[in-house]
Amino acid sequence: MTVTDDGSTDTISRSGARHGSLGTSPPRPDGVDKVQGTYAFSSDISADGCLFGATLRSPHPSARIVSIDLSAAWKIDGVQAIVTADDVPGQMTYGLIAQDQPVFAADVVRYVGEPIAALAADDPEVARRGLDAIVVEYEVLEPLLTADEAINGDREPIHPDGNIIRHQRIVHGDVDARGDVAVEGTYEIGMQDQAFLGLEAALAIPDSGGQGVELHVATQWLHEDQHQIAACLGFADDNVRLVLGGVGGAFGGREDISLQVHCCLLALRVGRPVRMAYSRAESFLGHVHRHPASIWMRHHATAAGEIVKIESTMVFDGGAYASTSSAVLVNAITLAQGPYRCPNAVVDGWAVRTNHLPCGAMRGFGAVQACFAYESQMDKLAAACGIDPFEIRLVNAMRTGDTLITGQPVLNVAPVEECLRATSALALPDEPVGGVLAVDGSHDAMKLPGGAGRTADVSDVVRGIGWGVSIKNLMYSEAFDDYATARCRLVDGPEGIEVHLKFATAEVGQGFVTLAPQIARTVLGVDAVVLDQIDTQVGSAGSTSASRQTWMSGGAVNAACEAVRDRVFAHVAGQHGWGAADLFIEGTDIVDGVSGVRIDAADACAGLEIDETVEYRHPPTTEIDENGQGDCHTAFAFVAHRAVVDVDPELGLVKVVQIATAQDVGRALNPLSVVGQIEGGIAQGLGLAVMEEIIQVDGVIRNGNFTDYLLPTFLDMPPVVATMIEQPDPLAPLGAKGVGEPPCISSTPAVVAAIRDALAQAGVDAPLDRVPVRPADICL
Amino acid sequence: MNEIFTLHVNGEERPVRDSWLGENLLDVLRDRLGLMGSKGACEQGECGSCSVLVDDELVCSCLVMAASATGQAIVTVEGIAPQGAPSDVQQAFVDAGAVQCGFCTPGLIMAVHDLLERSPEPGDTEIREELAGNVCRCTGYGRIIDAVQQVAVTRRSGRNGQETP
Repeated sequence: MTVTDDGSTDTISRSGARHGSLGTSPPRPDGVDKVQGTYAFSSDISADGCLFGATLRSPHPSARIVSIDLSAAWKIDGVQAIVTADDVPGQMTYGLIAQDQPVFAADVVRYVGEPIAALAADDPEVARRGLDAIVVEYEVLEPLLTADEAINGDREPIHPDGNIIRHQRIVHGDVDARGDVAVEGTYEIGMQDQAFLGLEAALAIPDSGGQGVELHVATQWLHEDQHQIAACLGFADDNVRLVLGGVGGAFGGREDISLQVHCCLLALRVGRPVRMAYSRAESFLGHVHRHPASIWMRHHATAAGEIVKIESTMVFDGGAYASTSSAVLVNAITLAQGPYRCPNAVVDGWAVRTNHLPCGAMRGFGAVQACFAYESQMDKLAAACGIDPFEIRLVNAMRTGDTLITGQPVLNVAPVEECLRATSALALPDEPVGGVLAVDGSHDAMKLPGGAGRTADVSDVVRGIGWGVSIKNLMYSEAFDDYATARCRLVDGPEGIEVHLKFATAEVGQGFVTLAPQIARTVLGVDAVVLDQIDTQVGSAGSTSASRQTWMSGGAVNAACEAVRDRVFAHVAGQHGWGAADLFIEGTDIVDGVSGVRIDAADACAGLEIDETVEYRHPPTTEIDENGQGDCHTAFAFVAHRAVVDVDPELGLVKVVQIATAQDVGRALNPLSVVGQIEGGIAQGLGLAVMEEIIQVDGVIRNGNFTDYLLPTFLDMPPVVATMIEQPDPLAPLGAKGVGEPPCISSTPAVVAAIRDALAQAGVDAPLDRVPVRPADICL
Repeated sequence: MNEIFTLHVNGEERPVRDSWLGENLLDVLRDRLGLMGSKGACEQGECGSCSVLVDDELVCSCLVMAASATGQAIVTVEGIAPQGAPSDVQQAFVDAGAVQCGFCTPGLIMAVHDLLERSPEPGDTEIREELAGNVCRCTGYGRIIDAVQQVAVTRRSGRNGQETP
């Protein structure tokens, strides 16, 4: 399927496919509720008699807590509970990989925004007044704010775990290899925010007796939250039950704990339901961000442009706590070659601790930072070899069976060349700079850089074209026991034959609730599919991250449905004297492959009650050794992007005119949902290229709001022309690769390369080795 | 401080109790009147998630003092169409893939209804300019523009159909 330049989508994608089965694009089951405002997001959930929680946070990036005086806050009418570190009954710290982050700061604070206390009050205004009345005396310390200081050991550790979160090298092949040419550069990536629109919110309901709690929360991984919360509350996991509250976007920012433990603690303390909801300003402090990074890279190549060796040093600022920094780093260094063959490599990676905001997962997860560096390098290499940027990517394009610099072979389909050629075949914009002239000969200001500000003159504007191509690992890596659970029940009830699916897969907007019924309809031939509540009353689905749920939870739903289908086949075969192995599903029929006789699947299931739960695991991965060697990743996906931009070099203004892309999707199980991921991911990649950055000065965030943190709007986002490269991956349970992350990875360097191309035409020498590109980077 | 005033919301007179003077319309709609369809995402008029109509004017309800809206006709997303019977714009959003997480959607539904009232057949640039006050973080906007165009086409054929005797 292709999205055409007029923006329309051909959603009828498979001739003959039954509507609602795999390969079609049925509407979202939650769509009508979402458009009518009746869908319950976590911020919309309440309970009778519930109190409102709020969090007191550190104003300092580094300070010793001398004292906390709660007496004035307790005197405020309506303040019902106040909790601090002294009130944490279980483990004092939490974290996804290392448990290094305090529920509440006790002795020291390590970043601006670190929680110190939480309180519950009769309404939000009283809660805010209560926070204002808490008096904390600090001894302010000198913050550690540069990665260099963290690495060189000149500073005392700011955390008992030290200032280095992870240091990992990759040494592969001939470290002394040289080519005919070498190019190098140092690249900087700014801190990006997930900026999901649905702010953090939760409702905690304590069990009577206080021996357990139920938490309704927007998260990406219910069972991981459950485990971390239970540890801090001193409960067994089963005493903490989680229900997925409606999730208003995630993009990695809901992998870590934010308000979960605080909300449960308050509810258990007062014995009443407690609701918490962050403001936008608090949200910027309350979740982890994309790591800012500094990456030096040198490419050695033959005169023909073939990569001989890469060398790189990558430094990721993890902020005050570890979160997923170690895994983000490993993604970056192990994917440093990009989607290109590379026989030799020396890569040195550091993830360090500073007194900046903690960083962790965001869509692309380390691959984004690496890609901006290696794609910038590919253009330098093309220039050094006198080869076109498109051609040099073709020359080096990875193929199935090629080896990564970790020594791991790429066994998935790897259609890098196909992605490049298909992207190149997409039409360039047909309108010139400034759009088609109006009748009076004027240009449409909205089509020029600067837009309605009418600052750019069309005669100054130059159009540029740039390329970006990327590789992304799918699922979890480094020997993680990565699995997903699904339950399928065949029910003959008052509504007739229904398939009920139960899973704990976090629906964050990506559309797994649309896909799961498609799988069930296809496997079982039954149209009526009911989704049970998404909660922890079934096994873990793993995280909705790492582009993994179509593969993992999709694999689990598929396997559970197949287990039910096998029992249906055994039943039907017995009734008709057929061989169960000869039966298959076609549309809504069960067909005997021997006789050709077909019966309606729903009719055949009459009277049957079948219940199957399956855990799906991908093949195991391994750790990497001290030289970074090992089969640490599960699978890989690829994508190419071509950006067209118009630039006013004197004013430093950019308008992105078009993004063309061809993405390796394996198999498009729901083509419209895939398009949504492609376009949405590109918008976030564009944001990192030219707009989005969290600014911290002396450890203090300066733009923690949507007036100053700029998100792409309708006017910033150009038309996307997209093609899917469909080569079903034999290693994927449904042939489908995850599609969520790749769109935001190489769209960023493609936009920057296009700006560089425009500037080169205008005779402007600006390296643009940092994202986001700011006007001053272009014109000063 | 607890004022009692009345708002005219979705065709009904709704007394507001327990509100504090100066409370914004978004909070009053959600927390005092239980109309949770309007969403708060930035609290400063940048994202459009809280968009409602006040006397036919599209506003960010987070920027409007609730008590100042007495005597004015307020329409929220709940007032666009009966529950379970979505409007043409709402249905087009579902069909075109314009909804992912859906948090921006109620505000966009209000903005698109408003746009198509004022400009029944907007071009691509006009759609982008008119809706630029509504931020969506999931979709990249392409399918939303598609939904708007689908509604415009359907409404035009409906008008043409009515003109034919």
